[in-house]
Amino acid sequence: MAIYLIRRILVLFLTLVGITFVTFLLIKTLPGDPVQGLIGERAEQATVERIRRELGTDQPFFLQYRGYLTLIFRGDLGTSFYTNRKVLDDLKAKCLHTLELALAAMLFASLTGILLGTLMAVNRGSILDRLGLLISAGGISLPVFWLGLILMFIFSFLLPLLPPSGMGEGELIYLILPASTLGINSTAYIVRITRSSLLEVLSQQYITTARSKGLTRTKVILKHALKNALLPIVTLIGLDFGSYLNGSVLTETIFGWDGVGRYAVEGIMRRDYPVVMGTVLVGAAFFVFINFFVDLIYLYLDPRIRVSE
Amino acid sequence: MEWGKITRHFKKNPWAATSLVIIILFILIAFLAPLLSPYDPMEINLDGLKLPPSRDHIFGTDSKGRDILSRVIFGARYSLFIGFAVTFTSITLGVIIGAFAGYLRGTADTIITMLIDLVLAFPSLLLAIAISVALPAGIISVFLALTLVGWAPFARLIRGIVLSLREAQFVDAAKAIGCSPTRILFLHIIPNCLPLTIVAASLKIGSFILSESALSFLGLGVQPPLPTWGSMVSLNRTYLLSSPWMIIFPGLAIMVTVLVLNILGDSLRDYLDPHLKL
Repeated sequence: MAIYLIRRILVLFLTLVGITFVTFLLIKTLPGDPVQGLIGERAEQATVERIRRELGTDQPFFLQYRGYLTLIFRGDLGTSFYTNRKVLDDLKAKCLHTLELALAAMLFASLTGILLGTLMAVNRGSILDRLGLLISAGGISLPVFWLGLILMFIFSFLLPLLPPSGMGEGELIYLILPASTLGINSTAYIVRITRSSLLEVLSQQYITTARSKGLTRTKVILKHALKNALLPIVTLIGLDFGSYLNGSVLTETIFGWDGVGRYAVEGIMRRDYPVVMGTVLVGAAFFVFINFFVDLIYLYLDPRIRVSE
Repeated sequence: MEWGKITRHFKKNPWAATSLVIIILFILIAFLAPLLSPYDPMEINLDGLKLPPSRDHIFGTDSKGRDILSRVIFGARYSLFIGFAVTFTSITLGVIIGAFAGYLRGTADTIITMLIDLVLAFPSLLLAIAISVALPAGIISVFLALTLVGWAPFARLIRGIVLSLREAQFVDAAKAIGCSPTRILFLHIIPNCLPLTIVAASLKIGSFILSESALSFLGLGVQPPLPTWGSMVSLNRTYLLSSPWMIIFPGLAIMVTVLVLNILGDSLRDYLDPHLKL
């Protein structure tokens, strides 16, 4: 157990170092002067000189990389070309918004996915079941950015029920469209796994026993079947959480949600390289940490891993 | 190949059969685009701006008076070409790298596995964005970005299969009659990975096409005025209210393409091995 943990933390550390190396390589391939690329063209000459010394652009490759690591370690991700603000400060301000959106999307995906999946498993082979399978196949095939625009068109203009974009004063109504857009992909996966997991449980003998004891169908499904079918579903939901980072890039742009994803896209549009590379670095680090915590939760949930490692 | 068996499989699965017909049709359309499209996809027509769908322009026209149907037809070329090309190269890379790792084991395996894990540690779209920002925008940059991200899951899959195959009896037999390691790897082990590889590939094409459209949407793909489905949705976004057809049709094209590819992938998996979980 302790050895497993230590090894896992070592891997986590190595991956984080690897991530910085990849972003460093990408920054090196960017067009233009890497120092300017890191701090922006409007920076003062003194700052340019300082960073140049620290990065040591005239020095061998690995010394340069060490300079980059030092900067990151100090929390310096560079300055935006456009606003001249520190990238890390911007990211700090925006990550909460992204987290809020991602959690809402996860909630939406879990609720709709489990509900639809359960209804499909219980009415296996019915029209609802077949329709659900088609919907879930469609949900995986939808381009997120297009779905967002179509939903906006339907629910804000044809039926003016929801605000088309923006964040308002933080009212929940602004969350509905972006969260369902971001969540729909997950919904499709959750529907599938809920259906198959529940079908497997429903064929077990203890379900028959519970029914023959005289319990109602609904009670058996909710209390006996769904509870046992839940583990693979929860696993999937946890694993999928990191992928909301991908979706948030597109969803936030469409809906004007002031989060990390839109920040990155604005950076792309303006060729604001420090912003793009800073977001990628922090996003990847965040992603790695989430996966690490999902692993820890398994360790807690499934004792077999503890023993075998 | 057992043609009878394949025909019977498609007869039993009308969805898969329909999907196959649709995708073949789309590929033909992409090849024959100059012959099939009613107008020049790049031709600006100031007399026909933002026309709704009609007999002359079945999908309507965009803000520069260009025929949307023609642009969607030409867009099929980019999406399908990039989807198939990226799948082909990343699977080739994945098979070679994964097979070497699994067969050689030891230090080579450790290094390759770390590399695979490193690529998988990034959120895939974010990494593809970072790579395509670093390269000059265009078809090559999309292709490289998606391939550099896409080989890793294949390599991991193949490595796992090869690890178990190298203990198989036919490998021992090949060793016993004196085959060289390269010969064993390329003539005995890799061919045995192929069915699984093909299934994995067919399940991935759709997601590559989705990623391509996302990059185009973000302005990182093939550059306008060349028509790609993703950039058509992106550039016409401002006209969502007044002229929704400019966005609906390119998006539908993406969705239908990806959907039929996914259905085909699922059906191929069921055909080769119903118990496979990929």
